[in-house]
Amino acid sequence: MSELNNTYTISVYTENNLGLLNRISAIFLKRHISIESLTTSQSEIENIFRFIIVVSITKSRVERVIKQIEKQIEVIAAFYHSNEETIFLETALYKVKSKSLFNEKTIQKIIKNSQANIVTVSPEYFVIEKTGWRKDTEKLYDELEPYGLLQFVRSGRISVSKEPMNISNILGLNTDK
Amino acid sequence: MSEITKISGAEAVIKSLLKEGVDLIYGYPGGAIMPIYDELHKYEDKLNHVLTRHEQGATHAAQGFARVTGKVGVVMATSGPGATNLVTGIADAQIDSTPMVCITGQVASHLLGSDAFQETDIIGISSPVTKWNCQVTKASEIPEVLAKAFYIAKSGRPGPVLIDITKDAQFELMEFSYSKCKRIRSYTPVPNYSIKQLKKAAELINNAKKPLIVFGQGVILGNAETEFKNFIEKTGIPSAWTILGLSALPSDHPLNVGMVGMHGNYGPNVLTNQCDLLIAVGMRFDDRVTGNLDTYAKQAKIIHFDIDPAEINKTVEVDVPVLGTVKETLPEILKLVNKNNHQNWLGKFHSLYEKEYSKVIKEELHPTKEGLSMAEVVKEINIASKGNAIIITDVGQHQMVACRYAKFNESKSNVTSGGLGTMGFALPAALGAKMGAPEREVVAIIGDGGFQMTIQELGTIFQTGSAVKIVVLNNNYLGMVRQWQEMFFEKRYASTELVNPDFVTIAKGYYIEAKKVSKREELKSSIELMMNSKKPFFLEVSVEKEHNVFPMIPTGASVSDIRLD
Repeated sequence: MSELNNTYTISVYTENNLGLLNRISAIFLKRHISIESLTTSQSEIENIFRFIIVVSITKSRVERVIKQIEKQIEVIAAFYHSNEETIFLETALYKVKSKSLFNEKTIQKIIKNSQANIVTVSPEYFVIEKTGWRKDTEKLYDELEPYGLLQFVRSGRISVSKEPMNISNILGLNTDK
Repeated sequence: MSEITKISGAEAVIKSLLKEGVDLIYGYPGGAIMPIYDELHKYEDKLNHVLTRHEQGATHAAQGFARVTGKVGVVMATSGPGATNLVTGIADAQIDSTPMVCITGQVASHLLGSDAFQETDIIGISSPVTKWNCQVTKASEIPEVLAKAFYIAKSGRPGPVLIDITKDAQFELMEFSYSKCKRIRSYTPVPNYSIKQLKKAAELINNAKKPLIVFGQGVILGNAETEFKNFIEKTGIPSAWTILGLSALPSDHPLNVGMVGMHGNYGPNVLTNQCDLLIAVGMRFDDRVTGNLDTYAKQAKIIHFDIDPAEINKTVEVDVPVLGTVKETLPEILKLVNKNNHQNWLGKFHSLYEKEYSKVIKEELHPTKEGLSMAEVVKEINIASKGNAIIITDVGQHQMVACRYAKFNESKSNVTSGGLGTMGFALPAALGAKMGAPEREVVAIIGDGGFQMTIQELGTIFQTGSAVKIVVLNNNYLGMVRQWQEMFFEKRYASTELVNPDFVTIAKGYYIEAKKVSKREELKSSIELMMNSKKPFFLEVSVEKEHNVFPMIPTGASVSDIRLD
């Protein structure tokens, strides 16, 4: 078994159900696959939810996992995509002492160059938001870190696939609007 | 609507069950499910509730019932320990695809999450082992959720469903109306088959010189025994069964070549690695069937008929998958395949059977040693039942022996815990089987270890008066574990010897007629005595203490390296 691990974005369209997150995470737990990130949100269809799960596994494993996910009663469909097949982003928030902003000229330069946004400024702290790929948010982290980060948080990946996923067809919904 | 037309959630549960045609429930009451039991009392002329002696027994009884009838088994239990005691049976039903609906009581909804008395997160606990589960906190949801529960449990690949109902939802009043669930938009019970794949499969079958069929429980669950028989008779393909496929094809059918897997027959295991086409029908390539995957049927093309897309390429990569129910796909492929026979190839199975017979089976069925063999007990049961009994087995050596040697004329006659290997399964499952098929003879064959795991269900058998025939093959050991210790752990018998009580006295304590046999001369007459009894009967047979089940594929070995000694 010389198959290599690859990063896959798994998209799961589901009915809204309380216990479903538990069922889906159990599928990964049972196979000892760690979830690198997980995001749930409303999808493009009313009352249909979308899970976006990022894992690093082999192609044959992701294919099997997809079938196990689709087997869950309230899952409408599940898909997997490689990075090349999706448009994906993450958002990071950085909380820094306000003193640094005013005292260190370089900070303002860092923010400008990284195309990050200042979300809020108060006398004690300010918050920067950066949306992009992992390497972008990590680069900004490395640059801000010497000035003392009070807090840092990064969201799970959100992504859309380049190819259509045709959930409406699966559900038999009319999409010709 | 006036108040008078409203009923309680608890009554709605009972009415929903009646709408689903349920007339039998196995269960155990307790605090959080008392409103439902109170309604059961009112409906006791329509719904028979059997009080088992432990909730696990209720699940296995429901499984036994479901396996022989094809209907959904229904279980009730209270919250907390009542619910957690169901988990083993639910897991067993999940892995063996048994339709079952479990209804548990739950603490009142305002107490959820407060660590209330007998509160447990049974939804969280049961999620990995249920096909679906759902917690109900409002009475008005009960009919719809139960309709979904029955639909999901029995449709597609069947499985267990658990519905957890809070106590306040049981008391709450609601307006009852019921409509059966016919569709869930996110759920496809039976996937469509592709004509293209069917044609490819037919071409492989028509061109094969040495084809082998391995069939599983899918044939039984799909009620496709006739379709399967038509298919193999037209194509003339030798057919071997997995442990759960047993009884789908009569034992004496000329194309029945025995069991595959760890303790299966020599021929089908060896020839798995010589066939040019392997046709899997409603089976899932369990590791106990395949042995080492790296050397499993590598020379063969593989066709896989299955209802569950997740089973395709799960462990064995197949050339042609045929999705759908075999009830539909087998008649379709029947039109595309040529009439054929494979006499020379079938002859290979026969000659390997002769080898197995002379090295293993002969001594098993006609022992020259003084001690009784498990197989000769099974042989005597075959003779007395003429192959018409339902045989229930537990887990271990006796299970392998019974499945190897028991004879079956009818489908749905072999009930055993296959995938999970649940010791303690047989006694309660036998009760459920007998209640599901009261006109048939039901014989439970159990080891002395497993028997003591659910021995309390003797009480339920006595109370219901179900004429279950119980045969305990007593070797005073956890025999299968001891066999492995002998073969692979240099006879270090760690905690496998059992010092047993007087089982006959225990059975008699439950007012069940009982007998013990330890001599060959008494065996036949004792089994006849048991089989002729119209009441429950307990027969203990002292068998050879240190006896090993062969053939055997050691763990990690290839199916073709199956050992005869």
